[in-house]
Amino acid sequence: MSVGDYIRNSQIWKSVFRHPAPTDRRNRVVVMLTNFFLHLHPVSIKQQGIALSYTWCMGGITFFLFLVETITGVLLMFYYRPTLEWAFYDIQALRDVQTLGIMREIHRWAAHAMVITVWLHMYRVFLTGSYKPPREFNWVIGVLLLVLTLLLSFTGYLLPWDQLAIWAITVGSNMAKATPGLGTEGPGFQLFNTSGYELITNASDAKFLLLGGRFVGEATLNRFYILHCVAIPLVVSGLIAIHFWRVRKDGGISQPL
Amino acid sequence: MLNPHPDLTASVLIGLGWYYLILFGMNLLWTFRSYKHDGEFRNGVPKASFWAVVTAVLLMTSAYHFTYPPDGFLIFMPLWFKNFFNAYFSNPVLYFFLSVGGLVFMIAAREWWIKPTVAWVLLNLSLLFMGLSLTDYDFRQIVGKPDNVPIVAMLFIVAFFTWIYFKRAVDNDRRMDEGRPLFEQEDNEKVLVWPDLVYTELICMVVVTAVLIFWGIALQAPLEEPASSMKTPNPSKAPWYFLGLQEMLVYFDPWLAGVVLPSIILGGLMAVPYIDFNKLGNGYYSFKQRSFAVTTFLFGFLPLWVALIVLGTFLRGPNWNFFGIYEYWDVHKVEAATNKNLSQFFWENLGGIPKGSGALDILLRESPGILLVLGYFFALPPLLGLTVLRTYFARMGVIRFLVFSNLILWMAILPIKMLLRWSFSLKYIVGIPEYFFNI
Repeated sequence: MSVGDYIRNSQIWKSVFRHPAPTDRRNRVVVMLTNFFLHLHPVSIKQQGIALSYTWCMGGITFFLFLVETITGVLLMFYYRPTLEWAFYDIQALRDVQTLGIMREIHRWAAHAMVITVWLHMYRVFLTGSYKPPREFNWVIGVLLLVLTLLLSFTGYLLPWDQLAIWAITVGSNMAKATPGLGTEGPGFQLFNTSGYELITNASDAKFLLLGGRFVGEATLNRFYILHCVAIPLVVSGLIAIHFWRVRKDGGISQPL
Repeated sequence: MLNPHPDLTASVLIGLGWYYLILFGMNLLWTFRSYKHDGEFRNGVPKASFWAVVTAVLLMTSAYHFTYPPDGFLIFMPLWFKNFFNAYFSNPVLYFFLSVGGLVFMIAAREWWIKPTVAWVLLNLSLLFMGLSLTDYDFRQIVGKPDNVPIVAMLFIVAFFTWIYFKRAVDNDRRMDEGRPLFEQEDNEKVLVWPDLVYTELICMVVVTAVLIFWGIALQAPLEEPASSMKTPNPSKAPWYFLGLQEMLVYFDPWLAGVVLPSIILGGLMAVPYIDFNKLGNGYYSFKQRSFAVTTFLFGFLPLWVALIVLGTFLRGPNWNFFGIYEYWDVHKVEAATNKNLSQFFWENLGGIPKGSGALDILLRESPGILLVLGYFFALPPLLGLTVLRTYFARMGVIRFLVFSNLILWMAILPIKMLLRWSFSLKYIVGIPEYFFNI
């Protein structure tokens, strides 16, 4: 009996995997049904549906990049304090001193890559007409995930607290000031400011809500940090689960009907 | 004195040496492929010999870069070309027309450029153009920024996937014309997910991880000076994926470019499956069966999204002025802008602009623009539904058609405003700065 067989026949191994190695047809079916991480796949699938030149694999890569972002992000959180005093210098230390400082590079490049792979995934889904019935609603969830991906990237952009960061967020959040009805430099906010009451001011408008202040400051850093590390990832995780679930329920990965 | 901004330095040449070495490797593989598939010229010489020569030249080019000192180096983008390019290609008008023209050409000539050899030649030419351009100092400053590298990569990646789309779509269109089954339906046996899919996924994950680690080692994430609300950088740019929106600020006020239009883009994307009544083309590549939907989407994605991001990233410098790809980002570059509102054009010959700041005065002053905009969004859809788009109207029903036509009209306002700006220096169609209501 080889060492491998000994391990695979041990009680520990069997308690984890519950069936022999997937080397024959039966166990290749069983593994898909009993493994938590694999069970989001079907057992069998149409050959052309998984051809790379057909699917481009961009949805899967996007999901993998999300996992990379989660892991590197958690590691970065150990080193990073979201305060005006420390934010910049913690990032600088990641670059110059910390052993695992490359996590920041991987985090940033994976974030850029994720934006691109989301677009390419949507590009493929559109060009194969895969949003058509019965998958209409999953396309809608996909658009929401696109928005959240961009928001994740946008909120993360501020955290290094360098010139690049605050001015990019300043340019971006200045748009909120122009929200019709809700911003002090947009059309229609005067409608809320009649008969002596000033409902929409620069301390209560949409930009103030986004930044937690009149300009990009410490409150913004805190707000964006929580959005970036907790709030948006939670929502994204939920929507990803629904997105994958619906892929299976709406007839599996796309194929000619 | 030493030139502080030399076009060629030893490290640039070594970098380019690696660049041409990669091109050499790519073309070496292509030569083998060509030898296997491409056959021979009429005189019996294999067509692959052409590629063998290209490969050899690239290898020598690479070696030349590695060994030769920067003084007297012969391979660089000639100055006359850079001057020519900066003088004639450096304006948003030509840029926009070239990107739209490129899309039209891509669709019209799809049967030609999907041929592997044609596509390979085009890829080689664009990479050579980029390699030569990299010998220019100003070009390197912009393209070589770590944050901009993914955008350069995105250009090639989007082009590659667009090529795949057209290749498979043209193939399927032919198959349907000839009554053969779709490519997706041939050899379409069911296979087990383990191993056929899970191994693909595993390999993908390994490749992506390797790319990220390599990328992380090769390029350091940018970190500028500590944040200071006193020093405003010029230009101040949003994150790169929003630069298409920032570019729209040239033509529209923030409430439209930054709030309304992005919302409509997203709402419009969500509405796509509900307004596309075409049941064909579900789950396979095709162009002929969905030419309108695909053309509209490509127009929105390529010239109006990707090309505007590239424009905003690489070609917009200080004060959001347009700079050629070989041009120095001069803070003092002045571009005269004397744009006029529609109301000014309108009232000029009718005895001057109505004065007064009351609501009715403003309404009278801006009435031509207001009527135009109302007509555009409210009168045009029914008109279209009764004339050009009658078949669409009949198949979609009232609500669907109104949503659809309004989305198309919203999509069109950006190019329309661009054209009006470029041809008439039109600033606002409706200009009511008193209430921040400018269109």
